[in-house]
Amino acid sequence: MLSPPTTCYLLLLQAHRSQRGFFEFPNHGSPQAKGDKTNGSDFGYVGIDAILEQMRRKAMKQGFEFNIMVVGQSGLGKSTLMNTLFKSKVSRKSVQPNPEERIPKTIEIKSISHDIEEKGVRMKLTVIDTPGFGDQINNENCWQPIMKFINDQYEAYLQEEINIDRKKRIPDSRVHCCIYFIPPTGHCLRPLDVEFMRRLSKVVNIVPVIAKADTLTLEERDYFKQTIREELRANGIDVYPQKEFDEDAEDRMINDKIREMIPFAVVGSDQEYQVNGKRILGRKTKWGTIEVENIAHCEFAYLRDLLIRTHMQNIKDITGSIHYETYRVRRLNESNGHFTPHPSDHPLWRNLCNCYPMQMFWFFFFKLPTK
Amino acid sequence: IGEAVNDTEIDIKDKGVRPLSLAGHVGFDSLPDQLVNKSICQGFCFNILCIGETGIGKSTLMDTLFNTNFENFESSHFEPQVKLRAQTYDLQESNVRLRLTVVNTVGFGDQMNKQESYQPVVDYIDRQFESYLQEELKIKRSLHNYHDSRVHACLYFISPSGHSLKSLDLVTMKKLDSKVNIIPVIAKADTISKSELHKFKIKIMSELVSNGVQIYQFPLDDETVAKVNTTMNGHLPFAVVGSTEEVSVGNKMVKARQYPWGVVQVENENHCDFVKLREMLICVNMEDLREQTHTRHYELYRRCKLEEMGFKDTDPECKPVSLQQTYEAKRQEFLVELQKREDEMRQMFVQRVKEKEAELKEAERELQSRFEHLKRIHADEKATLEEKKRLLDEDQSSFSKRRAAAQLLQAQSLTANGKKDKDRKK
Repeated sequence: MLSPPTTCYLLLLQAHRSQRGFFEFPNHGSPQAKGDKTNGSDFGYVGIDAILEQMRRKAMKQGFEFNIMVVGQSGLGKSTLMNTLFKSKVSRKSVQPNPEERIPKTIEIKSISHDIEEKGVRMKLTVIDTPGFGDQINNENCWQPIMKFINDQYEAYLQEEINIDRKKRIPDSRVHCCIYFIPPTGHCLRPLDVEFMRRLSKVVNIVPVIAKADTLTLEERDYFKQTIREELRANGIDVYPQKEFDEDAEDRMINDKIREMIPFAVVGSDQEYQVNGKRILGRKTKWGTIEVENIAHCEFAYLRDLLIRTHMQNIKDITGSIHYETYRVRRLNESNGHFTPHPSDHPLWRNLCNCYPMQMFWFFFFKLPTK
Repeated sequence: IGEAVNDTEIDIKDKGVRPLSLAGHVGFDSLPDQLVNKSICQGFCFNILCIGETGIGKSTLMDTLFNTNFENFESSHFEPQVKLRAQTYDLQESNVRLRLTVVNTVGFGDQMNKQESYQPVVDYIDRQFESYLQEELKIKRSLHNYHDSRVHACLYFISPSGHSLKSLDLVTMKKLDSKVNIIPVIAKADTISKSELHKFKIKIMSELVSNGVQIYQFPLDDETVAKVNTTMNGHLPFAVVGSTEEVSVGNKMVKARQYPWGVVQVENENHCDFVKLREMLICVNMEDLREQTHTRHYELYRRCKLEEMGFKDTDPECKPVSLQQTYEAKRQEFLVELQKREDEMRQMFVQRVKEKEAELKEAERELQSRFEHLKRIHADEKATLEEKKRLLDEDQSSFSKRRAAAQLLQAQSLTANGKKDKDRKK
C-alpha cells in the first residue's frame, strides 16, 4: 500500500545569512528583514538551520555527564593531575575529610561526583580513582576489579535500557575515559602496563600519559614516547583515538597528529606562582619553575585540549556507540547460549521463532512472559 | 505519573554530588559546540505527516514551507481506501543537512463510509515505531546510522467551513493524539474572513478540549522561547495559505495568491498564519517535536507493545529484583515450562500412536473378515465344483460301463453270427 520512499535530489536552499552569526537565534521580525538579497525575492530562508540553536538550548538545559577514571601506581600524581585538569579539587584526596595516606591491601574503586558549571554549561563530572592498583607485591590480575567495575556500569545501563518503564534519560555512569599513568622510567613499558592496557583498551577508551614528566629531559622524553608507541603497536593495543573509529579524512588527519604525540608527558600542579608578572600553575624547584600550561615545558595543555575542549563529545560517543554496544552484544549472546539443547533443534524454539523475530529471543531471558 | 522534577535534567540534589566552583577556565563550555558539530556531520531527520482531504492544499503547503517543489501527484477523489504516500528528500540550508520525509494521506475523506479512515494512518505510525523498536532490540544494532522514520509532527488540515470540526476530524485526532504530535491547521484560510476566522478558531479549540483531544503544545519550560511559544499556543490552530507562485507587490516579488479582488500574501502575518507555522514548526520547536516523539510517544508505544507480549519489570510483590535472581528464576520457570510442554507433547504423541494403532487394528480386522468371507465363498464354490465333478465322474463311469457292456454284446453277437456261418458251410 505504501509507495517506497524516494530519496530525491539534494536541494540547496538559498540562505540569506549574511547578517547572522553561526549560532545566532533567528529574529522574529517580519520576513523582509533578511540581509541583502540580490534578486529582491523573499524565497530563500526556511529556518532549518535554526535546529542547531535548538539543540544547543536543549543541551544547555539538560547538562552533560562525564566519567573519568584514573589508573596508576600511588605517587604518580593522579589526584594532582585531575585537580589541574578541572581547576578545582575534584580528586578523592581533596574530598576525603581525613586523607589517610595508606596503601590499600586490595584495589579499591572510589567514585566521586561533582557538579561544575562554566559559562552556563553544567556538567556532572565523576572521577573514579583506583587506589591500590599496581602497589601489591603480586600484581597479577590487578585489572580484574577495574574491568569488573567498568562492566558493571555497562550492565547497569543495559538494565535500565531494557526496562519496560524506563527513565526519560538513562543515568550514564559508564566510564568514558580511563587515564593510565605510566611511571617516567624513560625506558619502556612494564609488563603490568602492557597487560593492563591490552585488556582494558578493548572495553574502554584508554589515554596513556607519562606521569611526573618533569624528571625527563626532552630527548629522554621523545625516546620514551617513541618506545612506548612502538610497544603499543607491537602488542596490538589501540588507545584513544583509535584508528578504526576515525570518521572521515578530516578526522583522520586531526587524530593522526594526536596519535603521533601520545602518550602525553604531563606535569600536574594546583599551586600558582608568579612568572613574568603572571600568575600561572606550576611547580617551583630550585632550578626553575615548571609551567604546567606551557607547551614548551610539558604536554598538559594538549591533554587538556584533547580530553575537554575538542574530543570530549567524541570520547563519550565512542563509549556509547562502540564499547557499550560490544558489551551488550556479548552479554545478550551469552544469555542465548544458556539455552540447551541448541536452540534450533528444539521444536519449541521453532515455534517461538514463528511468533517473534529470532533476534529478540534474548529478551525472553531478561523479561519472560508471565502468563 | 506526573513527577514534579523534570528528570531530563541532571539531578543536582543527587547524593554524593557536590557543586564545585572552578578556579579558572577549564574549557568544557565548548561541549555544546562539540555536540552540535557532531550533529552537523551526522545530519538531521524530520518526518511530517499531513492528514487532510484530497485537494485541501497539503502538498502546496509543504512546497511553500520548504521553499521547494516536491514531486507532487494530483490524487483522484475515487480512492477506495485511504492510503499513505511517503517521500523522502535531502535538503540543505547553509551547513545543515536535513533528511525530510513528507507523508501525505491519499483519499482521506473521499469514501462514503469513513469509519475506518483513520486506521491506515494509525497503522503507518505504529509501523514506524515498530521498526525502531525492532532495531533497538536487535543484538547487533546500529541506532546511530538508523534512518529514523518515526513521525515527528502531524499537520491536521481542517476544512475552512467556518463552523466547526467534522466528526471525521474529531475521531481521527482522538485516535492519533497519543501517538503523534498533532498540530491542527486551517487550510485555505483565504476563504474565511477575519471575524469568522476568530470565531472558528475558538470553536475548534473548545471542541478539541471538550472531546479530550491532546494536541501538541509548544513547550514553555525554556525561558528563551517560553514567551513566544505561549503567544503562539494562543493562535492555534494556524490559518494557513500556501502558494509557490510569486506575485509582484510593491517593488518586490512575494509568494502570494492573486485574485481579482486582491493579493493574499503568504508571508504577510496580517493575511495568514503561515509565518507563525513555519516559525513554530521549524525555527523554534523542531528539536522539541523530535524529542517528544522519542521520549513520549515512542516510549508509550514500546511500553504497551512489550506489556502486550507479557513482559514486566518487577515481580508480583512489586519489589525490584536483581538481574541474577530474575534470570535464574525466569530460567527455571522457562525450563519447567519447557519440560511441561515436552511432557504434553510426549503424551499427545503416545495418544496419537494409540489411536493410530487402534485404527490399524480395526483395518486389519476388517481385512481379516473380508478374507474369511472370500475364503468361504471360495470353499463353497469348490464344494459345488467337486460335486459336479463327482456327478460327471459317475456319469462317465456309468457310460463306460454301458459301453463296455454294449461292446461285449456286440462281440458276442458277432461270434454267434460267425458260428452260424460256419455251421452253414458244412
